[in-house]
Amino acid sequence: MAQKAIREYDAKSILAKHWDKYFPDFTYAYETVIVRNGSELTKAAKEKTWLKEKKLVAKPDMLFGKRGKNNLVLFKDAKPGDVSLAKAASWIDEKSSTEQSVYFSFDGDTPTGEPSVDMLTHFIVEPFTPHEQAEEYYVSATCVGDDDVIYMSAEGGMEVEEGWDEKVTELAFSITATEDEIAEKIRANVPADVAEKDKANFANFCIGFFKAYRELNFAYLEINPFVMQGNKIELLDMVAKLDDTAGFMMKEQWGNIEYPTSFGMEEKSPEVLAIEEADSKSGASLKLTILKPDARIWTMVAGGGASVVYADTIADYAGIEDLANYGEYSGGPTTGETKFYAETILDLMTREKDAKGRDKVLIIGGAIANFTDVAKTFTGIIQAFENYADKMKKVGVKIYVRRGGPNYEKGLKDIKEAADRLGLYIEVYGPETHVTDIVRMALEK
Amino acid sequence: MAQLFTRDTQAIFWNNNKTAIQRMLDYDYTIKRTKPSVAAIVAPTSTNKFEKFFYGPEEIMVPIYKNTAEAKAHQPQADVLLNFASFRTAYDVTMEALEIGGFSSIMITAEGIPERLARGMNETAREKNVTVIGPATVGAIAPGAFKIANIGGTIENIVQSKLHRAGSCGLVTRSGGLFNELSNIIAINADGIAEGVAIGGDRFVGSVFIDNLLRMEANPEVKYMLLLGEVGGTEEYKVIEAVKSGKIKKPIIAWCIGTIAKYYDSGVQFGHAGASANAEAETAEAKNKAMKEVGIHVPASFNDLPEIISAVYHELHASGTIKDIVEPPINVCPKVRKSKEFICTISDDRGDEATYAGFPISSLATPDTGKGIGDVVSLLWFKKQYPKWATEFIETVMKTVADHGPAVSGAHNAKVTARAGKSVVESLVTGLLTIGPRFGGAIDGAAEYFKYADDNKLTPAEFLNHMKKEGVPIPGIGHRIKSLKNPDLRVEGLKKFAREYFPATPLLDYALTVEQLTTSKKENLILNVDGTIGILMVDMWRALGYTEVEIDEFITSGTLNSFFIVGRSIGFIGHILDEKRLAMPMYRHPMDDILYDVQVAEKI
Repeated sequence: MAQKAIREYDAKSILAKHWDKYFPDFTYAYETVIVRNGSELTKAAKEKTWLKEKKLVAKPDMLFGKRGKNNLVLFKDAKPGDVSLAKAASWIDEKSSTEQSVYFSFDGDTPTGEPSVDMLTHFIVEPFTPHEQAEEYYVSATCVGDDDVIYMSAEGGMEVEEGWDEKVTELAFSITATEDEIAEKIRANVPADVAEKDKANFANFCIGFFKAYRELNFAYLEINPFVMQGNKIELLDMVAKLDDTAGFMMKEQWGNIEYPTSFGMEEKSPEVLAIEEADSKSGASLKLTILKPDARIWTMVAGGGASVVYADTIADYAGIEDLANYGEYSGGPTTGETKFYAETILDLMTREKDAKGRDKVLIIGGAIANFTDVAKTFTGIIQAFENYADKMKKVGVKIYVRRGGPNYEKGLKDIKEAADRLGLYIEVYGPETHVTDIVRMALEK
Repeated sequence: MAQLFTRDTQAIFWNNNKTAIQRMLDYDYTIKRTKPSVAAIVAPTSTNKFEKFFYGPEEIMVPIYKNTAEAKAHQPQADVLLNFASFRTAYDVTMEALEIGGFSSIMITAEGIPERLARGMNETAREKNVTVIGPATVGAIAPGAFKIANIGGTIENIVQSKLHRAGSCGLVTRSGGLFNELSNIIAINADGIAEGVAIGGDRFVGSVFIDNLLRMEANPEVKYMLLLGEVGGTEEYKVIEAVKSGKIKKPIIAWCIGTIAKYYDSGVQFGHAGASANAEAETAEAKNKAMKEVGIHVPASFNDLPEIISAVYHELHASGTIKDIVEPPINVCPKVRKSKEFICTISDDRGDEATYAGFPISSLATPDTGKGIGDVVSLLWFKKQYPKWATEFIETVMKTVADHGPAVSGAHNAKVTARAGKSVVESLVTGLLTIGPRFGGAIDGAAEYFKYADDNKLTPAEFLNHMKKEGVPIPGIGHRIKSLKNPDLRVEGLKKFAREYFPATPLLDYALTVEQLTTSKKENLILNVDGTIGILMVDMWRALGYTEVEIDEFITSGTLNSFFIVGRSIGFIGHILDEKRLAMPMYRHPMDDILYDVQVAEKI
């Protein structure tokens, strides 16, 4: 997956780091901290004295929006703009001590749908910035189709979201557009509602913003709102996604960036993290998503396309109730990598027996490979069988194999022999059998 | 361009991926292509000039170049670039190739190229009308004509899936593995494919479904198309529009995989990077439904694809649109092949008569052929037929250097050895072993240094300064007794010949300006015979169209010295035979000609 969300704090830090390059005509105080609890905030105040000197705003920084509507923005104690360091610290401790319900969609102010329930673990704290509503603006940029699009509005905050079509000016640029073309078009299309005296500044800020979006490999970048007081800028709220495939050339620019799990999403299991790490170190591709760890059908399918077809077919035949995981290995993984991948799956699937006492099903599927050596990858799977055969027999696992490609005859023969030798139930098919037919065979029994 | 590739298509393969290239050549042999589909390999860090591959039971050499520009310059007919660089460099390689020009299509295999770079490269290619296949793809194939790298898998699978000859289906997929699977399904249920492209799994790929389907619509060999899409993106809607507007009239069979995605929120990434639905319209189900509505053949599930392919094929076959295919004969690649230890590119003794660079010896040897030893040298040393002025110059050089009397060290050694009772060959090599930087080496040195000075546009004064700094006397300058007033007639002869017959003599002209300066300092600092030969050899090769790089290689590989070795061998043999004839006794150097200065060794 290429586009990854980052925290608001990190988004601001990246812009601040390159501020003078993109916004030489503007100042930004970059007064912001991220903390996990009240005592971290108190500790931070020792170095960052503005935390003690100024009135504060605190809110969770966990990749979800609508924090105001969810009542998760602290900006007042008795009245707006009176939040002290002590108050912010105690509020953060309070909010982080119990699970919170967060709604992601609203109809007006009424939440719709089911809330996500999770612990709040990260908070961003900044100075309260007194300003006029008229000083709030909106800008964002992302890729739509083949073009980059910048969205600009003279109004920020809730208002822009609710009146998008009337209030937002959209400009699309091809990837090959030059800086001059972009600057010219932005200058010529400053939203009409921006006050005449601020138009030039607004255009300059948006030009720098769009340049930063392009050059720093953001996939999505939104400031809603930013406050512009002459040449002084405040970034009140930001949302950003990075194109993580650009990470290798953005090490310096991004710094050490973290891609957190969204609020309400289960934390990645150690197994998934281990596969991710193995994937990042390999020229091949290893992917694993655990959908339902107590379900009985496990897949170990080669190929990004074939793995989806197997998942589709299982859903068609059995629904998704029985599907435990989604994943794929491809691009010619080594025997060792395949062994590690297979052991991870075998370990997960042999922890518990099926609740209804049925046998578990392991689908070792794949299309006809282009260049992956089937015998080599199957050697890795066989080694994993050898280590997990006892557990597999205890839980009851039926194995269905279908694969073609370089050296497939040997691969199929080897895996059949190994399973027979280890006393495991196995059915083995080659390219003469339709790619997903083993799903039908497995589920009809 | 209705067809992506033909039987004449040749590629430049960026990265020496031996397995993939061998697969291409196995395919070429199987389908009896006349020329190998890989014309060149680009391998920036390789020190080799070629790589050996099997072509059926035989072996061929594919040249290796340091960069794309060089490869393209040598193989201008190769108009496909197979970019197998990693995700870190694939963008630079593509952009460089687009800059160089002359490519009709570029295939990029790397997965995970930064999105902005992928978009920039795709857009630039589009502006230049170059078809990009990928990134993140296994490639494309025009069965019976040209196949990219690993697509289709092993040669056995290729024949099994009827990818060795054109069928009638145009196949477009995202996935490479499923491309192979579908080729097999189409071979079983219909007559195989006419052209196929796996467009790649990344979010931003160069040519998309519609680009490929429109080309296939225009390709008369394609009778119907099969599109395998995925959840995510809106590319399938462009196809729907083209069907609606009548731009595509041929039947299309289509299916989008990823119907399972609807059960999960967007946090689960199914399949490729491009496969993630951001809106209802991007789901597999919405796309399958929309395609069905415009009359595209959409099965109920992936499992029903074979049935629908068979139905569409048989209908087109019954109506006469698709004719029966006469299976073409194929070559079978041997299972066991042995790589050759030695390579010979200059002569061949396997036929009726041995040949020198393709010419039977009898066509060169006798006087009536009009060929001399210079022609033999040009064939066996340079694998070229040099023009008469050049072969005559070579002969002139050899004649000029054949001997220089008994006193020079090489001849002296040969004579001493012969007098020790050794054979002709033993005596000869003793003489030859003397040839090196000090004896005969001035030819090499003169060519090297004068060419360096000329290449770097040094004035004679700057050149002299440069040599002074290096601390080397200028090779090819200076004679024991000769001077401008008392010129070396051998030199005069060579110069006269060159002036008369060489198209141009730029390096000689330069050397003479240097001579003017050196002789103004000291009379005998003339351009001597070694210098003249070395310099004129460079002028000869320049006039024959060799590049400066090639000429530099001649110099460093010792080619110039070779002329001296051959020529002087004649003289050495003369001296050796002279000794034998005279039956001279063993030589012992007179003691009074040796300065003895021997101290007692100190203890340390």
